[in-house]
Amino acid sequence: MELLMTIVVGVLFAIGIYLTLTRSLLRVVLGTGLLGHASFLLILTMGGLKRGGPPLLSGQAAYTDPLPQALILTAIVIGFGVTAFILVLAYRSYQELGTDDLDKLRGVEDE
Amino acid sequence: MNNNLVILPIVIPLITGIALLFFRENIKLNRAVSAMVSVMGLGLSFYLMSVVQAQGIQLMTAGNWQPPFGIVMVADTFSVIMLILSNIIGTACVFYSFFTIDEGREKHYYYPLIQFLLVGINGSFLTGDIFNLFVFFEVMLVSSYILIVLGGEKPQLRETIKYMVINMFSSTMFLVAVSLTYSVVGTLNMADMAVKMPQVANQGIVTVIAIMYMLVFAIKGALFPLYFWMPRAYTTPPPAISALFGGLLTKVGVYALIRVFTLIFIGDTGYTHNIILVLGGFTMLLGVLATVPQMDFRSILSYHIISQVGYMVMGLGIFTTLSIAGAILYIAHNIIVKSCLFLISGVTEKITGTANLLEMGGLLKHYPMVGWLFFVAGISLAGVPPLSGFFGKLVIMQAGLLEGRYLIVAVSLLVSLLTLFSMMKIFIKVFWGEEKGIPAQRVPHGKMIPSVVALVALSVFIGFNAEWIFSYAMLSAEELMNPEIYINAVLAKE
Repeated sequence: MELLMTIVVGVLFAIGIYLTLTRSLLRVVLGTGLLGHASFLLILTMGGLKRGGPPLLSGQAAYTDPLPQALILTAIVIGFGVTAFILVLAYRSYQELGTDDLDKLRGVEDE
Repeated sequence: MNNNLVILPIVIPLITGIALLFFRENIKLNRAVSAMVSVMGLGLSFYLMSVVQAQGIQLMTAGNWQPPFGIVMVADTFSVIMLILSNIIGTACVFYSFFTIDEGREKHYYYPLIQFLLVGINGSFLTGDIFNLFVFFEVMLVSSYILIVLGGEKPQLRETIKYMVINMFSSTMFLVAVSLTYSVVGTLNMADMAVKMPQVANQGIVTVIAIMYMLVFAIKGALFPLYFWMPRAYTTPPPAISALFGGLLTKVGVYALIRVFTLIFIGDTGYTHNIILVLGGFTMLLGVLATVPQMDFRSILSYHIISQVGYMVMGLGIFTTLSIAGAILYIAHNIIVKSCLFLISGVTEKITGTANLLEMGGLLKHYPMVGWLFFVAGISLAGVPPLSGFFGKLVIMQAGLLEGRYLIVAVSLLVSLLTLFSMMKIFIKVFWGEEKGIPAQRVPHGKMIPSVVALVALSVFIGFNAEWIFSYAMLSAEELMNPEIYINAVLAKE
């Protein structure tokens, strides 16, 4: 299971980095989103995957570590906020600058 | 020592920021409350300093969950020094903003955002938990995204996108580093990590994690291969915001780098700290060389930030008590003087209406006060004795010579000279020469001056009281170089 998850994380990272390196602004935004998800899955995997145990210290011996889930929850909330902001920002700059091609956003013409 | 005082520098700006969100239209109230809270925060950080001096490292354990399980805030000498600096700059920039920020920005949550930015910065300095460091970085970054783009002009939108994407990437890397740390040592409390890292059987993976953290903090701190995003992002917003960012944001990255590489990753200093030293050398050299063709006031200052981050990192890379003390002294000097120079660039921009050096000149005759203030701050940045920049560099170089790192000392001397050259370039272009770009009517700028004067005075004060300030830097360097002090204080082994 860990191996499978690690491969999934790797694939997600690869796609995310590919997308952030493209020229279209929307793809870059999607790429950052995928990178975020890859890191969330990585936290879960690195915390140790386990089935059948509640994240509580009960009388039983088997319990799941609740900390990775707490970390992911926090990170997801932050990621959600930042992604919402960058989407609005991307839309606004598309309106103002008239392009979503990052090559045209270099901003060196005035030097 | 458990002390709830430690969390106040985070809670006060947070509550102020949230409260001010509801009074968007009432600018006077916004200004009054911001001013009051900034001054209060400054007083509080000095008080915290005196408490730390008297009683040692202070802790705040949330909900009384004992470390390493609960959330913990730690105030040691280094974090308190940084806290004082962030509050000084915050106060100066808030007062400067009253007379420079336009009404549109002020009505669109400018003052609450500054408070949120301070929450993030103060939190990063005080946290004792690596995941909380991530959270406070995010608080700081989200506020900075909005402060950069506030106003919505075309260059601002363009640069904010790049700034955001690079920072989102580095945040992802931070999460990856955190998850690797958790899988290796099973804790995220910094003191506990410091205890458990040397016990890891496979020290290779520890070095990998160390390099991951180095990558993350190098992006935030604008180190050598990763600084390209910084100068443009810092020059697009108004001067008050530039000053706040230029003074503080990169230094938060440097703070995290020093904290992590003096506390946790000290197992293989021959490898990691040499990388840091080499990066520091390239950072200072390339940063200062990049200023040579620049003709924009604030671009030059921004590239200088890169070059000076190099000095701080050089202090960390040499890794002796003396060099760390030098780095801390230099950080203190640089935060103050750099913000001050950005504020002065705001004054000349207000007078001439441009930041291009070629379009102005001869300001010294009509505005001598501004000229001489810049002169003092400029040569202080270059490190001319007896001003503050000299002593930080002196101590770092002395430490370098004692360790036999002659090459890096030579590079840093050369960089000092080039810094002086480019400060003189600004002085000559802006304040000497034929009069250009000066309106016939005298531009009122008197209200902008007090913040600048305060910071210049502080720089001169540090310069003339270097011995006294250096004793604090030395104290905190000794704490940093003996991590067991921090570990024992946090994990409370009584």
